[in-house]
Amino acid sequence: MALYSEKVMDHFRNPRNVGVLEDANGIGTVGNAKCGDIMKIYLKIEDDIIVDVKFETFGCGSAIASSSMATELIKGKPVSDALQLTNKAVTEALDGLPAHKIHCSVLAEEAIRAALEDYEKRKAAAQ
Amino acid sequence: MIYADNAATTKMSKTAIAAMLPYLEDVYGNPSSLYVTGQKAKEALENARVAVARCIGAEPREILFTSGGSEADNQAIRSAAAIGKKAGKTHIISDAIEHHAVLHTLKKLEAEGFAVTYLPVQENGIVDPAALEEAIRPDTCLVTIMTANNEIGTVQPVRTLGEICRRHGVLFHTDAVQAVGHIPVNVKDDNIDLLSASAHKFHGPKGVGFLYAKRGVRLENLIEGGAQERGLRAGTENVAGIVSMAAALEEAVGNMAQNSVRLTHLRDRLIAGLSDIPHSVLNGDAAQRLPGNVNFCFEGIEGESLLLLLDDKGICASSGSACTSGSLDPSHVLLAIGRVHDVAHGSLRLTLGEDATEADVDTIIEAVKAVVAHLRSFSPVWRDLCAGKTAFIL
Ligand SMILES: Cc1ncc(COP(=O)(O)O)c(C=O)c1O
Ligand SMILES: [Zn+2]
Repeated sequence: MALYSEKVMDHFRNPRNVGVLEDANGIGTVGNAKCGDIMKIYLKIEDDIIVDVKFETFGCGSAIASSSMATELIKGKPVSDALQLTNKAVTEALDGLPAHKIHCSVLAEEAIRAALEDYEKRKAAAQ
Repeated sequence: MIYADNAATTKMSKTAIAAMLPYLEDVYGNPSSLYVTGQKAKEALENARVAVARCIGAEPREILFTSGGSEADNQAIRSAAAIGKKAGKTHIISDAIEHHAVLHTLKKLEAEGFAVTYLPVQENGIVDPAALEEAIRPDTCLVTIMTANNEIGTVQPVRTLGEICRRHGVLFHTDAVQAVGHIPVNVKDDNIDLLSASAHKFHGPKGVGFLYAKRGVRLENLIEGGAQERGLRAGTENVAGIVSMAAALEEAVGNMAQNSVRLTHLRDRLIAGLSDIPHSVLNGDAAQRLPGNVNFCFEGIEGESLLLLLDDKGICASSGSACTSGSLDPSHVLLAIGRVHDVAHGSLRLTLGEDATEADVDTIIEAVKAVVAHLRSFSPVWRDLCAGKTAFIL
């Protein structure tokens, strides 16, 4: 048996939405190099819709695959939906993760939340 | 497939497989039984003991067969501790880069009242003999320092360390699991009192190893029961495994000189190739290292993803990152040689086997270069380093 599901390996090998968004209006970074996983999410939000999203990740297979999957799950969705995104949903969409790898995937939910908070902060500052 | 994880385990040699088969098929008797097939098994066991002893310069009666390196480490350390305790000596000296079979046994002894000094290692991963000499106290009963490290491949100045111990009348144990069968080990010349070895690291089977204990060093049982192994290790002997181990060891020692020259050349070619990768560093000493061991840190990437992508390219390797160990911390060995967490997560260990070729090495170099570049291309850590937001460590 392989360590990861086919879904995880697919997202790990061919990460979706990888890179940087130059015109992002919400950016979130979570994790630290000490624990071994860092995730950065870039959001472009227009009329409360996530029109584009990109990510950069330093981390293991689980961290990279969950970043990729999480960006897929929120792309094109309203901000209110993205706020509801849970780690559980990401894990399920990946057909599960080994128990000791769940903590790496939690970062995806946290990174998106951080990026959304950054977006709200910028919006408030602009008003 | 290129198997470059020989420090984890090795492929059994044809000789080792052939040696074990008769003891699985025909000579299946219990060595403790008195009828012929039992006595044949007994004879094979004792011949294996003679062969193993000869390979490390010991006497047959100084060899105790165990279930592997971990058991030998446990028994060696527990026995020396018991000897010390009887004499009122409860101080042990070890170092920061030992295998967990040693470190966890020492932790238990600490909980039982022993004091343990962990010598630091230098950045090249080598214990300073002067530091050992300084650390020895009147109540020191044991020094346990490995011959060669399983992660970074550094080879310790065992003979000098053993000589210091002998001069101070302190028992010297060395975990030689990574060394036996790969580099010359001679317990008499090297002043070793206790030594651990494991068959699956030199092309023998898994689950079998041995403990050398110098004549006069009293061993304590870890396993109570029957009178096997002169009452020091109960349990019906793993005859096929032991016979196979002896065959593997004789073969490894016989080919050692030749293999080590070839492997050292391949190792240095691999080190030279990987050194081209910017912001990388070789871990461990460049010269005082096992013939097949290469260990690098690459800044800005994480080890598990590196391993998975190498696996996709047919290369089996290992890493000391936290995410591969299942713990929150990267390898204690890399931390002990001064690699900070950020860098230690991006480690790669490649351990070549005797059948490796120059073409394999070149394939590995190209694959590692490509994978490191790919992972760096979307690493936020790498981006910050390149943008000058954080400073490069390597
Ligand atoms: C240095 C060292 N000591 C001890 C061991 C444990 O040996 P075994 O797997 O035979 O218990 C290993 C192998 O992982 C090792 O590399
Ligand atoms: Zn992880």
